[in-house]
Amino acid sequence: MTELAYLSAGVLFILGLKGLTSPKTARRGNQLAALGMLVATVVVVTDLLSLDEAVAWGIVIAGVLVGGTIGAFLAIRVQMTSMPELVAAFNGFGGGASAFVAAAAIVATTGDFPTETAVTTALSLVIGAVTLTGSFIAYAKLQGLISGKPVAMGGAVTNGIIAAIAVALAIVGIVTGEPLAYWGAAIVAGVLGVVGVIGIGGADMPVVISLLNSLSGIAAAMAGFVINNQALIVGGALVGAAGLILTIEMSVAMNRSLGNILFSGFGGGAAAEDIGTKPVKRATADDVAIALGYAERVIVVPGYGLAVAQAQHAVRDLAAGLEARDVEVLYAIHPVAGRMPGHMNVLLAEADIDYEKLLDLDHANPLFSQTDVVLIVGANDVVNPSAKTDENSPIYGMPILDVDEAATAIVVKRSLSPGFAGIDNPLFYDESTLMFFGDAKKALEDTLAALERF
Amino acid sequence: MSDVFIQSIVVFVLASFVGFEVIRRVPPTLHTPLMSGANAISGITIVGAIIAAATGTGWAAGVLGFLAVTFAMINVVGGFLVTDRMLEMFKKLPGSRK
Repeated sequence: MTELAYLSAGVLFILGLKGLTSPKTARRGNQLAALGMLVATVVVVTDLLSLDEAVAWGIVIAGVLVGGTIGAFLAIRVQMTSMPELVAAFNGFGGGASAFVAAAAIVATTGDFPTETAVTTALSLVIGAVTLTGSFIAYAKLQGLISGKPVAMGGAVTNGIIAAIAVALAIVGIVTGEPLAYWGAAIVAGVLGVVGVIGIGGADMPVVISLLNSLSGIAAAMAGFVINNQALIVGGALVGAAGLILTIEMSVAMNRSLGNILFSGFGGGAAAEDIGTKPVKRATADDVAIALGYAERVIVVPGYGLAVAQAQHAVRDLAAGLEARDVEVLYAIHPVAGRMPGHMNVLLAEADIDYEKLLDLDHANPLFSQTDVVLIVGANDVVNPSAKTDENSPIYGMPILDVDEAATAIVVKRSLSPGFAGIDNPLFYDESTLMFFGDAKKALEDTLAALERF
Repeated sequence: MSDVFIQSIVVFVLASFVGFEVIRRVPPTLHTPLMSGANAISGITIVGAIIAAATGTGWAAGVLGFLAVTFAMINVVGGFLVTDRMLEMFKKLPGSRK
């Protein structure tokens, strides 16, 4: 009976994920998955109630109350602009929970696991620990607690050596059953999460978060092997697959291999030294308002800077002002714009911008040559033409939004400093580009005010 | 290898394939909610956490069990709630009810 009830939870997870793949059914899908979780929880509690032995309900209830309160508080309080941080943090908690489940199994055992259980315990522990620390470093980077720039700590070789030590300790634990070896493996794996993620630049975060998401699922599935529970195995495997698909999609969108993203310390190189010395065309709010107000079609290209400045509502207001003057306003969204997959879509949805006006890369690029003005708000690397022209550029080959084909490009940006990738952007020095320096939110509000004066 | 273990491997492999097939084509608009919702599902480890916390003996098992339940609950409750909050904003998605 218990197994069948867990099966129904697994089915609800599958239906839920299926629902999340289509806009029409997404909300229902999420609710179905939550229902599956409730079913699984009720089943395990019922199962424990039927045991004859004493059960430490106090600990369970304390954990449920503390964790549930913290989770609900974070979910309700978060700003939409901080979503990547929160997803990273939740992910870390999930991975950590799986590691603790494995650790509890090690403490509970009398010494001899069957080999296969020992292997899955070690995997759950190690993968969970990497997910825990890696996610919190990603959180700290996104939150600005530590530098978003890649911090070189030795690169691929160091990571490889640390990973090898973790695996070696885990093998010692599996063979000898010595708990200390397992704890050593967990600690070294935790170090690997720190060193691995700290060496990855902010612009690569969409890939890292997707990968950590996948790992948290695999850790849960491994914990399922440890305690022989099909619900954990099914749920964990589904999440592992989902995360992997997103990871691959993000890597493709950057035209780089996963290995390259994880180990190259991308963007750590010295920024081009002539940044700021080449002439650019500066624009004022009035210039921008005139260019936009007399255009037929404007395409907005949002980037991470829009999230930082919380400028999504200002974009919507400016667009409404333009539409009132019969200017067509569309939005072009690069797959890796922002710090997690779909980051920009969430922000624009929050500002009530019509989904139909959001174009992906393939649909936006043919339109730029027939567009009067492209308004680039806080995006940089995803519109950098050197990805097409400069074979020596670190981002050469990455598909970009071809904003240079539009009649005029207006770049709203705080300063000329390069993006997270640390690469100079030739677009800024182009004849047909106007640079509008300032905070994105204020710049857009000033532009709207200027527009209303004309 | 025990039969139970082999059975579990079968379930794991099949579930992975189901995951791949179900999620293969997701519109970019839904990438964040999908990730956040999937993330909440990985909190299924709550089941293992509750078992560990309830049946563990000794202070070490108690502490580990408590941490496991707390972490998993943050993941589950926070993950599903925040995904719902996000999807609630996607009012103008094609076909969705206003």
